[in-house]
Amino acid sequence: MADKGFSVARLPGFTFTAMAVFLALYLPIFALVVYSFNAGKSVSMWEGFSFQWYAAAWANDRVVDATLRSLWIALCAAVIATFVGTLAALGTTRRRAYRGQTFVYVMINQPLMVPEIVTAVALLIFFAWIKVATGYQGLGYLIAAHSAFCIPFAYLPIRARLEGMDLSLETAAADLYASPFATFRRVTLPLLAPGIIAGGMLAFVISLDDVVITEFVKSAGQDTLPTYMLGQVRRQITPEINAISSVLLALTVLLLTAFFLLTRKKE
Amino acid sequence: MMKRTLTTLGLFLASTAMAQAEGQLQLYNWGDYTSPELLAKFEAETGIKVTVTDYDSNDTALAKIEAGGHGFDLVVPSANYVPIWIEKGLITELDLSRIPNHANIAPDWMNVDYDPGRKYTMPWQWGTTGVAVNQTAYSGDVNTSAIFMDPPEELVGKVNVSPEMNDVLALATMYMGGEPCTEDTEVLKKVRDALLEAKPKWQSMDYGMTEKMSANDTMATLYWNGAMFRARLANPDVKYGYPKEGYILWMDQVALLKDAQNVDEAYQFINFIAEPENAAMISAFARYANGITGSEEFMPADMKDAPEIVIPAEFKDKGVFLKTCPPKAQEYITAIWTELQK
Amino acid sequence: MSAAEQDMARRSARDAWMLVTPALILLTVAAVGPLFIMLVYSFLTPGQYGNVEAQFSWDGWVGILFSRDIFDGTLQMADAHLTIFWRSVKLSLMTTGITFLVGFPTAWFIATRPPRARALWLFLITIPFWTNLLIRTFAINEIIRNEGILNLILLQTGIIAKPLQIIYTDTAVLVGMAYVYLPLMVLPLFAAIDRFDMRLLEAGYDLYATRWAVLRRVILPIVKPGIVAGSILVFVPSLGAYVTPRILGGGKNMMIGNFIELQFGQGRNWPLGAALSVTLLIVVTIALLFYVRAANRDTPHG
Repeated sequence: MADKGFSVARLPGFTFTAMAVFLALYLPIFALVVYSFNAGKSVSMWEGFSFQWYAAAWANDRVVDATLRSLWIALCAAVIATFVGTLAALGTTRRRAYRGQTFVYVMINQPLMVPEIVTAVALLIFFAWIKVATGYQGLGYLIAAHSAFCIPFAYLPIRARLEGMDLSLETAAADLYASPFATFRRVTLPLLAPGIIAGGMLAFVISLDDVVITEFVKSAGQDTLPTYMLGQVRRQITPEINAISSVLLALTVLLLTAFFLLTRKKE
Repeated sequence: MMKRTLTTLGLFLASTAMAQAEGQLQLYNWGDYTSPELLAKFEAETGIKVTVTDYDSNDTALAKIEAGGHGFDLVVPSANYVPIWIEKGLITELDLSRIPNHANIAPDWMNVDYDPGRKYTMPWQWGTTGVAVNQTAYSGDVNTSAIFMDPPEELVGKVNVSPEMNDVLALATMYMGGEPCTEDTEVLKKVRDALLEAKPKWQSMDYGMTEKMSANDTMATLYWNGAMFRARLANPDVKYGYPKEGYILWMDQVALLKDAQNVDEAYQFINFIAEPENAAMISAFARYANGITGSEEFMPADMKDAPEIVIPAEFKDKGVFLKTCPPKAQEYITAIWTELQK
Repeated sequence: MSAAEQDMARRSARDAWMLVTPALILLTVAAVGPLFIMLVYSFLTPGQYGNVEAQFSWDGWVGILFSRDIFDGTLQMADAHLTIFWRSVKLSLMTTGITFLVGFPTAWFIATRPPRARALWLFLITIPFWTNLLIRTFAINEIIRNEGILNLILLQTGIIAKPLQIIYTDTAVLVGMAYVYLPLMVLPLFAAIDRFDMRLLEAGYDLYATRWAVLRRVILPIVKPGIVAGSILVFVPSLGAYVTPRILGGGKNMMIGNFIELQFGQGRNWPLGAALSVTLLIVVTIALLFYVRAANRDTPHG
């Protein structure tokens, strides 16, 4: 039976395309990592092997500081956005239509629809009023801004997952006298998990990459990795950036592997 | 009006509520423009820790400071923006008695149009914007804006123009015989037409030319001198040119923000960078010249007589500072730029 | 509806509102709310050196479609603006199409791996996206430039005689954009396909349908929510893209994002920038509504 499932699922050319995509995806990453070991200053002219850029990045306080800040903001934003996005997905999918549903949907997707520069300037002005009125100049503004624009990225995969879910399992649970909350916890949530994870990962990555909004909302001493790199674009990109990216990459791989193995154990 | 009141109220509240952090300084500067060694030396001598935050354009910096609530003490605006900062009251007049090294400012740079007598600013670095050509592609005269306005055959499709609206328009206007910031529509029409005609012959309008010129990806470009200096060090075929029709002089300088929290520390820093040795340190990092007398002996060897850094005598008087264009002129410039990039 | 049904409907609506409130609050404070500032600014006068003056003016809105010809002051259609707008839309549509054509087989492939392996493949496809956008774009440049890896391989194996000029063309931009937005298409598609019941396929084949027919009539309709989600996530953000088009396309042509940014920067015309963004927002919202309505109409339920 399992055999037949496989061949039924095979569509012509799909596997080949998928493989080609993976190859194409990793080629630039490969180039990126290779050039991080460049003995020269260039990101396109190879001049020999060297660890100098890793050493430089490690010694560069500003880079380390900016990277840690980026990671922290991305983590907070991803958690908040995914949590809030899951609730929102539950509140807008598989329900009887209610008044204002479309409005909610539009609101949730709004950050996608406006060029970042516009949100950036609007937030600059708005947050500046608050900063001046309260004197608080911490990371809260950045985290709030990031969480907000990450919401649609967390929401949409979760919603797509939810929409495709079969109600019968949950109805069965209800028939077995499970309370709505228990049903949610033991039936809905586990089924929804792939969507939530997909949404969370997307949100994290989106936050990590943001430059324009961060550039405008940041206060003194709040550079993130992308804003640091933005400053470099005008002058010179050195393999130091490659080195940092490679390290982050390695860290991510390690983290996800650990996560992977841990969840494996539970099964 | 409302914003002003809120700002004033807020500033009052903030200044009373926030404790002044001892030994700290918040510098808002261009990205990749501040030498870490300089800051380390400053901290070693004074115990003040400097935190640098980056910006990538004069307009972003201006917008952020104007909005308020930023927390910075010092900012480094370009020459053509300094009058705007002064007019908007965002930077304060300096108390020169607290800057003994003020006299070190080179005579050439002391009485500039935008800040005569340097009452508001302390020079950081200066440079020129001209053209650079890879001599293996084209061996003719490089000291002309024709390189990008009317590229010779060998360079068609291989020229880059930096996406700096004010630089490009100023150079183009001078090439067509006009004055930068002109409002003469006859001249502007010619400028627009010439630019539109030249554009198809360009390869790109991008930054990162140090890399591209070094790697032979681009054969000629309109760009800043320091970046082309670095390109030449990596690729000896690169030659920097000073357009004889007129090239651009620019300068970045440090200014004290009106709502700075760490004023004492700021003055110490301003005084510190006016020491010849320290000015040389700034130059050594970003590879541009500085405006402090006596720094020459501390400059790195390769910069001391580099033609990109030290302007050759025959071109000295063709340099023109970018001015703050009046709104009408700026409107024309923006309109031409939009049409150029559509 | 009976009283009991009405009651249930009301409670269901109330629950729904409670669930979406946290998202709405966060969005109002840190995303949507501040946009009202932009709306107000669009009706003001540009300040002399950027920012705005508190003086009412229609100029911001007029400026979207009309501009005074620089030299004779006559009001005419600003075809520069329209060209820029159209170029971005075209690019975004093509990017969405490409990511779908390439992303669907990929998502399908991942979803049809044995359950244990699926997480690994998903993992593999997201890894590239944990690297910074700027670096990735430079890395792509590294591959497709005239002396880059791709051309080197093609030249060495003799497939071509001269290096292919890919960099600084529209192709380069599309490659770059597709690369950047691919996971935004694949992840929602995967989430939807993963839920797809393969037995439906068996049924289709049992009824002698060809693979193509099965794809078109069975798979795609059921997976539609994922397609909708993926398309939105790619099309809309790509409209504002400007880093990738600039680095790979050479920056000679402005995109909407650049154009609006210009107004808030050297262009010193915040009201125009504000008006342009509000317009963009409205246009995209309407398009979104139509698209979602159309998609939902055909979605089978249950």
